[in-house]
Amino acid sequence: MFSRIQFKRAIFFRPIIANSNHIYNKGLRRPFSTSLKLQLANTTVNFSEQQPQHDTSQEPKTHFGFKSVPEGMKETLVGQVFENVATNYDVMNDAMSLGVHRLWKDHSVRTMAPGPGTKLLDVAGGTGDIAMGFLNYCKEIHGDTSAQVTLLDINPKMLEVGRQRFAKTPYHNTSQVTFEIGNAENLLSIPSNSYDVYTIAFGIRNCTHIDRVLREAFRVLKPGGRFMCLEFGKVRNPLISSIYNLYSFQVIPIIGQVIAADRDSYQYLVESIRQFPSQEQFAEMIKKAGFTIVGEGWEDLTFGIAALHSGFKL
Amino acid sequence: KRTHYASSISSTNAQISNFQKSILAVSSAFTAFFDPGRGDMIATLGETTGSIFVNRMRDNMLRDKTGRRILRERPRIHSNTIDIPYLRSLQLGTFGKEYANFLDGQKVTPDTRVKVQYIYDDELAYVMQRYRECHDFFHALTKLPVNVEGELALKWFELAQTGLPMTLLSSFFGPLMLSSKEQERLFKKYVPWALQCGSQCKFLLNVYYEECWNKNIEEMRKELGIYLVD
Repeated sequence: MFSRIQFKRAIFFRPIIANSNHIYNKGLRRPFSTSLKLQLANTTVNFSEQQPQHDTSQEPKTHFGFKSVPEGMKETLVGQVFENVATNYDVMNDAMSLGVHRLWKDHSVRTMAPGPGTKLLDVAGGTGDIAMGFLNYCKEIHGDTSAQVTLLDINPKMLEVGRQRFAKTPYHNTSQVTFEIGNAENLLSIPSNSYDVYTIAFGIRNCTHIDRVLREAFRVLKPGGRFMCLEFGKVRNPLISSIYNLYSFQVIPIIGQVIAADRDSYQYLVESIRQFPSQEQFAEMIKKAGFTIVGEGWEDLTFGIAALHSGFKL
Repeated sequence: KRTHYASSISSTNAQISNFQKSILAVSSAFTAFFDPGRGDMIATLGETTGSIFVNRMRDNMLRDKTGRRILRERPRIHSNTIDIPYLRSLQLGTFGKEYANFLDGQKVTPDTRVKVQYIYDDELAYVMQRYRECHDFFHALTKLPVNVEGELALKWFELAQTGLPMTLLSSFFGPLMLSSKEQERLFKKYVPWALQCGSQCKFLLNVYYEECWNKNIEEMRKELGIYLVD
């Protein structure tokens, strides 16, 4: 009799090839892709060339998707992922979330409810969805053109795509939007107490040290300023959760392969979502950074697939 | 004469489940149809739908002496395993010279073949890779050009030879992209030839092409049972 678990294994789990020389049988239960493995191998070499005294085996490890990598390497690896996905980023977002990511981002901007003349720092802004939504909101709701946004991203390619998108809007070449390369963990170019709102949408889980990002966010905000973070969260409802997991691990990498010819980057994406702390844990981290939380501090979106976190610097 | 012997062909990327394979098959079919430039999607379609037929191709190769040798030695066709300048220097009328002329005339290289990703058995992955890499040799032997018509005719030919579902889908849906006149010509002239010639000639993966450079191409065609389209 074919049991339920056998049925599930046959369809959804990866086949085990008993006699082949395949790396899958060499004890690596979930081999990450060769392409990124080679990159890992190459970046290990580069890393040790740059800092010959540094013993990589002693260095603290962090997660890169389901894989464990030395901390110093995560930034480089994430950089490569985003370089690969930059050109198809917006198309893939629409395909993967079936357009729902637009609703999440719209909701964030409406929750932010910026008044006229607000200065926004959109960190890991990439292709500029939040920044654009913010400027459009101010223009449409308040008829305001003095709102300003600084679009900051660590990845030049993503920022370039953002620039090209803004070039097609009336904000092009105005003082309303500025583009900057920067690292969320260390915002060297941003003076303290200078922004009214700080947002980071779907970017913080890619940072190596989330606590440093939160500290920098606290620093650059003006007193009374608001920190908002839109990020993927944990789904509580077991039925939704199982459908969501199935969709994430079975369908999304395939969509990535079909549209962007890059399954591995999207595999990293869905794995990184699972590695991010839960909504409660993240709210604690935000509190620890000095922010004041109102209520629970977050709002679940779409059953907790995404969550909008908010904190105030008082 | 240099040939590169590959020991392990199959990619070591994380494997996909059967469910993912089925989604990939359907989505790659649609993507390949609407965006013919996505050669990787056609390749993916071939790999995800081909399982039984790649097995049959491997068994065909095992039945033939040269086929068995190819499976043992696993030669690869790549610009660093094939000495194209040497082929150009050969006499006109030889297989090597014809192939070099084809590459130069159509401005293609043997490096444009996508690597096998979704077949997890070493040998079957090699068979698929070999099939892909021999595609240009089929062009040289059948003297079909690299335009849409020629490629479709060759797809029908490969359908008769291998039976792969990918060739079937390309053969059926590819002509939809042509004009009615081209379709008429395809189905009146090329398809009957492709099906007849393809089904009666020798199984073309059983030919060790790397050893045939100096052979006279007309003799080769006679041996294999290939006649040209008229």
